[in-house]
Amino acid sequence: MGSSILGSVSTRLGAAILLIALALAFGAPALAPHDPLKQNLGNALAKPGARHWLGTDNVGRDVLSRVVWGTRVSLVAGFVSVTLALLAGSVLGLVAGYCGGTIDGLLMRAMDAVLSFPPLVLALALGAVLGAGLTGVLIALGVVYTPTFARLMRGQVLSITARDYVDAARALGAPGWRIACKHVLPNATAPIVVQASLSVAFAILAEASLSFLGLGIQPPAASWGSMINAGRGYLQHAPWIVFGPGAALFVTVVGLNFVGDAVREALDPRIREQGRSA
Amino acid sequence: MAQVVVRRLLATIPVLLLVTAGVFALLHLTPGDPIDVMMAESVDATVKATLRAELGLDRPIAVQYVTWMGRVLRGDLGRSIRNGEPVIENVGRRIRPSLQLALMAMTISLVIAFPVGIVSAVRRNQPVDRAGTTFALFGICMPNFLLALLLIFFFGVTLRWLPISGYTDPLEDPVAGVRSLVLPAVTLGLALAAVITRTLRSSLLEALAEDYVRTARAKGLSEGRVVRGHVLRNALIPVVTVLGLQLGTLIGGAVITEYVFALPGVGRLVVDAVFARDYPLVQGVVLLIAVGFILSNLLVDILYGLIDPRIRLH
Repeated sequence: MGSSILGSVSTRLGAAILLIALALAFGAPALAPHDPLKQNLGNALAKPGARHWLGTDNVGRDVLSRVVWGTRVSLVAGFVSVTLALLAGSVLGLVAGYCGGTIDGLLMRAMDAVLSFPPLVLALALGAVLGAGLTGVLIALGVVYTPTFARLMRGQVLSITARDYVDAARALGAPGWRIACKHVLPNATAPIVVQASLSVAFAILAEASLSFLGLGIQPPAASWGSMINAGRGYLQHAPWIVFGPGAALFVTVVGLNFVGDAVREALDPRIREQGRSA
Repeated sequence: MAQVVVRRLLATIPVLLLVTAGVFALLHLTPGDPIDVMMAESVDATVKATLRAELGLDRPIAVQYVTWMGRVLRGDLGRSIRNGEPVIENVGRRIRPSLQLALMAMTISLVIAFPVGIVSAVRRNQPVDRAGTTFALFGICMPNFLLALLLIFFFGVTLRWLPISGYTDPLEDPVAGVRSLVLPAVTLGLALAAVITRTLRSSLLEALAEDYVRTARAKGLSEGRVVRGHVLRNALIPVVTVLGLQLGTLIGGAVITEYVFALPGVGRLVVDAVFARDYPLVQGVVLLIAVGFILSNLLVDILYGLIDPRIRLH
């Protein structure tokens, strides 16, 4: 009982964090108190105070405003890269599972090959060839996460196509694409949605890591990872440059993890069952 | 068991071939002419032509791949454009700090994860369990680079207990060497400890609910002996799985950690090569990391058989 209350508290907390992050991302132009790009060298490294709640950075830009604008980059990176991976992975998994044979073997070995690279190293290498910037990061992270969705979808397709109702549809003469779209896809959605909800937080972390290394969105535009990297040289005298975006990143990832866990609990019958018996 | 190892080795071959194709394709995914991307506009056209011929970029792509593969199989991963040295030598010089960092981080993670995971599972839903699960959540959600900077801020800048960057080889000067690796290893180890704690706790909880545990308790065994003698060994399989899966995260984390703490390891080499647009070096290091990752996972698969006789028999 205690854990179920804790679960609902964490779900509510996660949902609240996600809503606030979405509001900041969409409403950045109205909500940011200052221009995130406007430099004011006379007011550089100002401590947090009434005028600048999170202080200013080394060129006098308002840290809070940059954190607010950075929310947009982080959420776009998280949601878009996972959506790309979800679409590509689902199609590949569907084709592999439904066609079987050589196509299945080839596609799955290709997915194994992608999984053979440590995710950040692959994203770095792809980022290197695609060039620094948000588009390169989105594509790189999309590629990194695709095999997870492809494997998941393939497993679902294999288990669903063995069911009687799919045999019945085949016997009635339904074409392959119709069976795939009408019968297989809707039944395979739940685990894919669960995986997607859990992946967004990691994609946000990965984008921040790439931006921290200098491969993400380029200065002077604000992203949490690049802000933290820019602030590390001032850690001794102006730690707020790092702590502002750092706290935003950490809280957002915690919130998304809570939401991901809640989605998994709601959609995964095994976990739901465990919850009931606990 | 030998059959399982051979079968697993054979299954690795096509994946390795695809990995090499992927790494080879990296250079060709570059928008525009890779030589122009690697070298400044001002560089003489003859120098560019020489590099183009050296990398074989003036030949058909299939020929390029076969030639490149032939060289890779002979252990020749090409030369760095930056310093002209063979990739293998570049990596060889950097491997020691990376291995020392990984070993120390792994040790720290196990030293933290086992007591926390065991106590959390045995004292389920009690304050100590909540503290353990909160620690795990913290470790999973905290980005490496942020944790690194927090550790630098508290232990390096504020308390001045430990160096904030640089590397001393512990084999040459043990005290200074270990001191130079403490903060990077804690950065890397805490994230890993969080994941292992979470997995160990849930697999212990599952094992604690088994009938043989009830029987052991009914025989009058103390809780400590039940956990040590019966539960822990059975709960280790998922932990080994997670350790295998986390190798990738560990390598990725090492890239960031080495970058933040200016450790001259393989991870730092990748980042430097990427920014120098030294594509032969990027290709070579990424290929070596991927092969190392595949072989480590193979080792983890073999470890299953050693831990669990049921897997060995199947």
